[in-house]
Amino acid sequence: MTVRRAARVHAIEEIIAVTFLRLAAALVIAAPVTLICYLGHEAAQLFVHDHVAWQTFLFSPVFDPDGGRPGAAAFVAGSLAVTATAVLIAAPLGYGAAVCIAEIAPARIAKILRGVIEILAGIPSVVFGWIGLTSVVPLVRAWTGTSGFGILAAALVLALMIVPTLVTLSVDGLRAVPHVLRENSTALGATRGETIARAVIPAARASLLVALILAGARAIGETLAVEMTIGNAGILPHDLVHAAATLPTEIVLDMGGAPPGSLLEHALFAMAFLLLVISTGLISLVRRIGARRGAL
Amino acid sequence: MKARATAAAIAAVLFCANRLPAAAESIAAAGSTALLPLVKAEAQKFARSRRDVRISVSGGGSGTGLTEVAIGAIDIGNSDIPARGVTGVLDHRVAVVGFAIIANPAIRVSSLTRVQLRDIFSGQLTNWRQAGGPDVPIVVVNRPRSSGTRKVFSHTVMQAAPIADSSLTVEASGTVVETVRSTPGAISYVALSAIRRSDVRRLAIDGVAPVRANILSGRYPLWAYEHMYTTAHPRPEIEAFIHAIASDTVLLRQLGYFRVADMRVRRDDR
Repeated sequence: MTVRRAARVHAIEEIIAVTFLRLAAALVIAAPVTLICYLGHEAAQLFVHDHVAWQTFLFSPVFDPDGGRPGAAAFVAGSLAVTATAVLIAAPLGYGAAVCIAEIAPARIAKILRGVIEILAGIPSVVFGWIGLTSVVPLVRAWTGTSGFGILAAALVLALMIVPTLVTLSVDGLRAVPHVLRENSTALGATRGETIARAVIPAARASLLVALILAGARAIGETLAVEMTIGNAGILPHDLVHAAATLPTEIVLDMGGAPPGSLLEHALFAMAFLLLVISTGLISLVRRIGARRGAL
Repeated sequence: MKARATAAAIAAVLFCANRLPAAAESIAAAGSTALLPLVKAEAQKFARSRRDVRISVSGGGSGTGLTEVAIGAIDIGNSDIPARGVTGVLDHRVAVVGFAIIANPAIRVSSLTRVQLRDIFSGQLTNWRQAGGPDVPIVVVNRPRSSGTRKVFSHTVMQAAPIADSSLTVEASGTVVETVRSTPGAISYVALSAIRRSDVRRLAIDGVAPVRANILSGRYPLWAYEHMYTTAHPRPEIEAFIHAIASDTVLLRQLGYFRVADMRVRRDDR
């Protein structure tokens, strides 16, 4: 009797648990789907309701919503330029630190280094932006004689922000390389440096690339720290030391004053959708690399 | 067991929080960063005498204030510009604010003509040498589209000419002052109430300085009514708060605003 009752209780518990898990999964899937649909719908209003040509939106560098010509090309170019620069600055630093942690440093030191990098990952972006505004911008100003606000200042701040992502993922990738590879390399007479450069890094190549792309995806969406340092000038960037703007910075600066249902609001939604498309593209790139390598 | 204790603790906290003597009324105001210092200061004063009212004040720009009050997200939308085309809101003119053209203190220029200003902000003039100053590149500091100060400046000085896209854009009046102070060659426009110390240079327009006498007489062109918009039928405590701001002569003067009644010229900006 009690055994049967216990079984029944278990069965009910299981039904509740499974229902909860299914509900959780459904919600987790529903959230991004709803978000994408809403964003897509609002973005489409720019072309359907406001009759803006998609070529104007994508290729015109002049963002003039009052004149009915909200070109986003300057912000797309700004986003790509600042992200590429940040990734280029972060790559040697991040990879260097990752190799040091995974391959060279003694376990105790590696643990401390990882801890420090995790702290770096936990610093809020407003703090990075503030440091950027008070130290990096004046530094760039002193170097170049410009206002200091611009792609370089923003990229330096961003590089620091994406290094943790880069290091953590790269370390995981390097550590996943089978130990036997290192032993074989050493047995063939390779030094430790040669083993790392010729055996470990090539074996971890896919993971290292994935780490870089995910760091880039983190950079392209960063808003606050970039907004505080890039200068927010809506022009096509022609060098690294003058002010520019990115998709997120322009959205955050203009969204407050965009009346509901206005062309400006639709243009900002279209820019947000574009940003989503770009980062989704980066994520699918990561998945493709993973699938090819069978690593992810 | 531990989880159950935690859950109990959370429930207890929620229960107690629910029973705390909550503020009976709350007022949310947002918008113009030109009016922000006055609303903030009065909110603190008001809270001392009316302990039953909680007031939260934030910036965001005039456009934000107008948009949010129109959709009912806030109680008071602060704006440097009239709410044209926005229906269902009630206008309260609480003060007059003057705006100054400000420059980095190292730029030893005391006055610019409107034509010079137009040429500088539209990007025609790029070096201070071209405007009687030192050989320093001009850095124009602009405000976002939602800024009422930008609209007032554009309307009064720029007229049809657009402000150059290559100019820096900063979010709030306070940030404008800080950016102009620290950036060599910088020039911008900002509410007088946002300038705290003499850390930036205030320029005259066509030889008329942005001082009290010139603003009240209307000789100085760059000024605006500060509006606080509410819904058509604001709650009594909201009306009381707005009245307190408009009638606080001491605070207005102390923070660099003027009473609407003191203006010797009228402007129809509705």
